[in-house]
Amino acid sequence: MVGEGDTLMTMPPTTQSTSRHGTPILQARGITKRFGHVEALRGVDFDAHAGEITALIGDNGAGKSTMVKILSGVYAPTSGELLVDGAPVRFGSPADAHALGIETVYQDLSVCPDLNPSANMYMGREAVLPGLLGKLGFLDNATMRRESAVAFKRLKVALKDMDAPIASLSGGQRQSVAICRSAMWAKRVVFMDEPTAALGVVQTARTLDLVRRIRDTGVAVVLISHNMRDVIQVADTVEVLRLGRRIASLRNDGLTVQDLVGAMTGALDAEAGLVEPEVAA
Amino acid sequence: MSDIPVSAPAPSMDDLPDFSTRVRGAVSSSPFYMGVVLLLLVAFFSFTHPATFASSFNVRNIFLDASVLLVLAVGTTYIMIAGGFDLSIGSVLVFSGVAAAQVMLMVGSTDNLGTVAIGFIVALASGAAWGAFNGFCITRLRVSALISTLGSMGAALGAAYLLSDGSDIRTVPDALIALGHGTVGGVPWLVVIAALVTLVGGVVLHMTVFGRHTFLVGSNPEASRRAGINVSRHLLKLYMLSGLLAGFAAMLSLGRFSTTTLEGHANDPLEAITAVVLGGTALTGGRGSIIGTVVGVFIPAVLANGFIIMGVQPFWQMVVIGFVVIAAVYADQIKRGRGERL
Repeated sequence: MVGEGDTLMTMPPTTQSTSRHGTPILQARGITKRFGHVEALRGVDFDAHAGEITALIGDNGAGKSTMVKILSGVYAPTSGELLVDGAPVRFGSPADAHALGIETVYQDLSVCPDLNPSANMYMGREAVLPGLLGKLGFLDNATMRRESAVAFKRLKVALKDMDAPIASLSGGQRQSVAICRSAMWAKRVVFMDEPTAALGVVQTARTLDLVRRIRDTGVAVVLISHNMRDVIQVADTVEVLRLGRRIASLRNDGLTVQDLVGAMTGALDAEAGLVEPEVAA
Repeated sequence: MSDIPVSAPAPSMDDLPDFSTRVRGAVSSSPFYMGVVLLLLVAFFSFTHPATFASSFNVRNIFLDASVLLVLAVGTTYIMIAGGFDLSIGSVLVFSGVAAAQVMLMVGSTDNLGTVAIGFIVALASGAAWGAFNGFCITRLRVSALISTLGSMGAALGAAYLLSDGSDIRTVPDALIALGHGTVGGVPWLVVIAALVTLVGGVVLHMTVFGRHTFLVGSNPEASRRAGINVSRHLLKLYMLSGLLAGFAAMLSLGRFSTTTLEGHANDPLEAITAVVLGGTALTGGRGSIIGTVVGVFIPAVLANGFIIMGVQPFWQMVVIGFVVIAAVYADQIKRGRGERL
């Protein structure tokens, strides 16, 4: 059951396997996840490489969000293996993933609107003053503000006010703060769960630019999206889930929306003479 | 209403906001408006009744009256910034006072500082215990803060009546009464102590990680959880802090009135909430300040005192404050609505 994912990865001409360059920064092998009698994932493989945007797509119920929750430490898999830089790891909680430099941006804004940008960048990881005052928990606001400004500048995000509560920013700018926070703390992987779902056209374009700039800093970006046009614009690789399995790993050189929709719904398999996963099982 | 300015100014690279930004921020804040209102009230009463209102005796009385409420309101500020509610503080105060008074009676020797110290320990412990119970109901049983603390408001007062057989305990150690009536450099000890509690409360709230987490939890609990903050544990600590301060206030009240004042604290939680809201703390959490709460405690206190001196029926204070609270929150919503649409 676990092995068949490999056979299904034999894909039409536009695709190739993921053995492109070196060890993936984050790897999943044969991940299954059961909720009672429901088998949400049935042996999924996944690879994310440094300096690449890997899109994870699939129809509703394909297992995307379950997969992301396993990869980011929210759920433990029923079986299967996670590897970071080729070494097996086990995530007990999101904090374990954070400790390995794996961050997640959620689709609903994970920011605190009443606080300023730097307080949001450092939430849960506040910098404290050196010495005794730090031991007493006194905040080092100057450092947090300076480092936040550096991170915003590096990612070319211009906020109109570094000191006002971010409630006064637009939705797109608030999402920028959430994305920059992940980029600032992620040493290896940033997961983005539908980062543009709540945004308008202009803001979406800006956010995708930001996603590219984060990729260019050398971390692996994993983009979960329903929007095939977004995926085609930014993704280097597209991993397609269907019915709890990875059924395709596509290199994005000239992929079309039709290719992706075909892979998601199974039309592509039929075209390429592949059998339906259920039949294979 | 364009979403993003085409060329937004680059973020300032300075470590801290420049002076004018900070002044602008402070001047547009609710505590500032309310501070101006308070100053105008003080100026008005001082001008019209300089001999009575502005006398050192009267000023001392205003501060003395406000000191117990101020200690309670510091706890309420933390709770409300975290998006919570604590209706139980008045009853917890009474319960802690009864428990402490009884233990001090049992210990004996009424003019002994050691007895008073034991009383403090008992009052703080029983206050914190009620706070822990509130926190348990809210974070573990997931009963809303309003209901949990409404329940313990009744339970704590009932328990206080049971402990005291329904009548006030009027035997309080002389050393505690001396504290309640003594002064240091002309300033009552109670005022000094309440000021210290407020100062420490303000420093912790605005300058430490604990305070920062209080704001974050109140602003977006889910985001705080995702960011690795233990939201339940933080809320539990805050309710314990609120209870602890109620226990502390119980000892101040015992020292001042030399009795457990069973009937005297039913309105305390509402007065504390009024003060906190007047001071600009958002009911929805995430925003607020201790300095605002200080202003919010003194506006009703000054108004009540001024009305009495003017010969106006003091009941007018209740009427006025009632409407002022509504007006203050309305003004705050207008201001915030404007900010969010930008």
